[in-house]
Amino acid sequence: MQMSVESRQFDDVQAGAPVLELRDITKTFPGVKALDGVSLELYPGQVTALIGENGAGKSTLVKTLTGIYQPDGGAIHVAGEPVVFATAQDAAAAGITAIHQETVLFDELTVAENIFIGHAPRGRFGLIDWTAMRSRAREILARIDAELDPDTPLRELGIASKHLVAIARALSVDARVVVMDEPTAALSHKEIEELYDLVDRLKAEGRAILFISHKFDEIFRIADRYTVFRDGTHVGAGLMADVTEADLVRMMVGRDVNQIFPERRKAPGDEVLKVVGYAHPTEFEDINFTLRRGEILGFYGLVGAGRSEVMQALFGITKPSKGVTRIDGQITVIRSPARAVEAGIVYVPEDRGKQGAVIGLPIFQNVTLPSLGRTSRNGFLRLSEEFALARHYTDRLDLRAAALDQDVGNLSGGNQQKVVIAKWLATKPRVIILDEPTKGIDIGSKAAVHAFMAELAAEGLAVIMVSSEIPEVLGMSDRVIVMREGRIAAELEGDALTPETLVRHAAGIGAPA
Amino acid sequence: MSDTSVTPRSIPDRLQSPAARLLASWELLLLVVAVAIFIANSLASPYFLNAWNLSDATFNFTEKAMIAFAMALLIISGEIDLSVASIIALASTAMGAAASVGFGTPTLVLIGLATGLACGAFNGVLVTRMGLPSIVVTIGTMSLFRGISFIVLGDGAYRDYPSDFSYFGQGYVFWVISFEFVLFAALAVAYYVLLHRTNFGRTVYAIGNNVTAAQFSGIRVERVKFILFLLTGLMSGVAAICLTSRLGSTRPSIGTGWELEVVTMVVLGGVSILGGAGSIPGVVIAAFVMGLVTFGLGLLNVPGIVMSIFIGLMLIGVIALPRVWKAWRA
Repeated sequence: MQMSVESRQFDDVQAGAPVLELRDITKTFPGVKALDGVSLELYPGQVTALIGENGAGKSTLVKTLTGIYQPDGGAIHVAGEPVVFATAQDAAAAGITAIHQETVLFDELTVAENIFIGHAPRGRFGLIDWTAMRSRAREILARIDAELDPDTPLRELGIASKHLVAIARALSVDARVVVMDEPTAALSHKEIEELYDLVDRLKAEGRAILFISHKFDEIFRIADRYTVFRDGTHVGAGLMADVTEADLVRMMVGRDVNQIFPERRKAPGDEVLKVVGYAHPTEFEDINFTLRRGEILGFYGLVGAGRSEVMQALFGITKPSKGVTRIDGQITVIRSPARAVEAGIVYVPEDRGKQGAVIGLPIFQNVTLPSLGRTSRNGFLRLSEEFALARHYTDRLDLRAAALDQDVGNLSGGNQQKVVIAKWLATKPRVIILDEPTKGIDIGSKAAVHAFMAELAAEGLAVIMVSSEIPEVLGMSDRVIVMREGRIAAELEGDALTPETLVRHAAGIGAPA
Repeated sequence: MSDTSVTPRSIPDRLQSPAARLLASWELLLLVVAVAIFIANSLASPYFLNAWNLSDATFNFTEKAMIAFAMALLIISGEIDLSVASIIALASTAMGAAASVGFGTPTLVLIGLATGLACGAFNGVLVTRMGLPSIVVTIGTMSLFRGISFIVLGDGAYRDYPSDFSYFGQGYVFWVISFEFVLFAALAVAYYVLLHRTNFGRTVYAIGNNVTAAQFSGIRVERVKFILFLLTGLMSGVAAICLTSRLGSTRPSIGTGWELEVVTMVVLGGVSILGGAGSIPGVVIAAFVMGLVTFGLGLLNVPGIVMSIFIGLMLIGVIALPRVWKAWRA
């Protein structure tokens, strides 16, 4: 492995001075002060972690930093000089680039085109110099050890490779500030390690990195400094070496959070759901399990193990090629989500924005959407009934919103999740499937969702929880099914349920000798 | 600040009162435009403020508006039907053929409606069962339906309609109030109720805003869309009855270009061409605006081609204005 790191120094930055400084940034949206006089400093060759609950203002800050939003007040300094980013192009020209959780790249273009879009090398007559573009793309990819062909269309790549392309793009513009917004959310363990190596390399090249993450192990692994936001204000900053996890949590939530999972009495009741011999031509095979009332059944596995696919088949979105679903012993054929809801099975999808919430519709209409039959009379809407139903369930979930007729798209991720859960509870289901219910939501909302799941199970609802977070799986589940490569690798319960057994079965490593 | 966010608070139902919402609505702006055009017309031509002239003017939009109501729902759901004018031609041809062999008015009406429904069902099956994009499907059926009409009629025309068939397009219910206008008003109310007051209407909005989430919420998306194609076909059949009755004859070129006028009316009425938003009152006012403009320009002896230029500019204007307004304020 050759390391041809050209250790480029940004000469205009004095040693020890921040390359980028935000002072007293304020940004107001109708009804919300998203940022209230926050500051942030990024130093060359260092990783600064930006920490805060959802809705703390992290995304707004990133958008301000990359020129998408213009702040109402405050100043941005690059290398000590005040600058104004009127557009995203201005921010890019100042050497600031962002790698988002879901990369904003172009599926139909090639790797090289994605890397150089907007600043492709030009030849005669201003036409794109394809040869130069390919060779420079190859050079940059080699620098980050990415074994990618510049001519591959992006749509053929997995999410991890797309991240590499995004990083290559950052290097191609010679970015001095790289913003990484939850870059590991969709990556596997191995891919995360590779990303860490890359971050180290970017550091060695003298670039400043802003790293946004909800995962503390990650932050302690790679960050040098931290900045904590809460409710749009700046509550603390400093060196990682000087703080503990508990300190950071306290700063984030403004109080000590009980990280312990809710106490549960395990008393599973009658069998509600039985899945026999589920199979799908490409996604999964030989899936058998049962679910009881009052039980929380965890589904653990690596990304791509087929857990969500099984759940979506159960919910009638994809068709299994074989297999039978029994509800209360009765064979039930579920060909559509509508049928699943009638049968009492509901599904809270992982992708909230695309599959969960109907962005554009108000909160109350999202909640009542599958329950219109109950709130209406002879097919005619009754708004007062709808508001009452929506209020009942959103209150129970402690939703934070300005009004029930507010567009659900204006809510934070955690609150959107509450709306989706409220929507399903209003249908009075028998089985609720939660697919990565706490992914990307803050600690406070997470604890609320966990407590709520426990409450539901105690009321006799049967809960399936698909999760990739080991503490959550261990803390919440009565029983865990581990999936690997589309098959059930193990069913674990009681003493057999340890972090080690989960990881071993998920990765296909045999039991220790 | 942080204290208030910890205490549980009760969320109000509404941020704005319905009245406040109305004041800021597109429909109100459109209504102001309609009134302004009305006043301008009455100043520009001495013949405008005459009950019979105004009654005549309504024929400029009533038939198109009937289709526009169903089209509004279809566009809100994220689909479109460009074959509506061709459905008129086919339905009219079917009625003409039946009339020429001596069928009576009730049968002709049934044939007109059935042809519309059948065409709508054909579009609906292609879009919802086979998963084809509606814009492509209906561009295809636009040629197909009118093509059949051309094969049947060639250069000829059907003229042998029974005399009582003329009531739909030429009859008056009371004084200057035509049958068509009454039908238009009744359908406006019916579609208002359907879109804004029923579960079905709510699902149309949900599908238009996020079809995946709507499906994941247990809505039978394909079924709703199929019904919308059926309704659009049916309304094209209704329009075909009125138009054929008014003209008293059927040629294969009947209603040529109406699909664009119907879509224009819908978009002018504030329906988002991307789906998810719009209202029936908006479409009703847009129908009046378009009717008044064409009629007013007609009284001033403005040629037809200039009228269509004017309508085109108006459409681009109303779509561009809100954006310009926002950009200017920002």
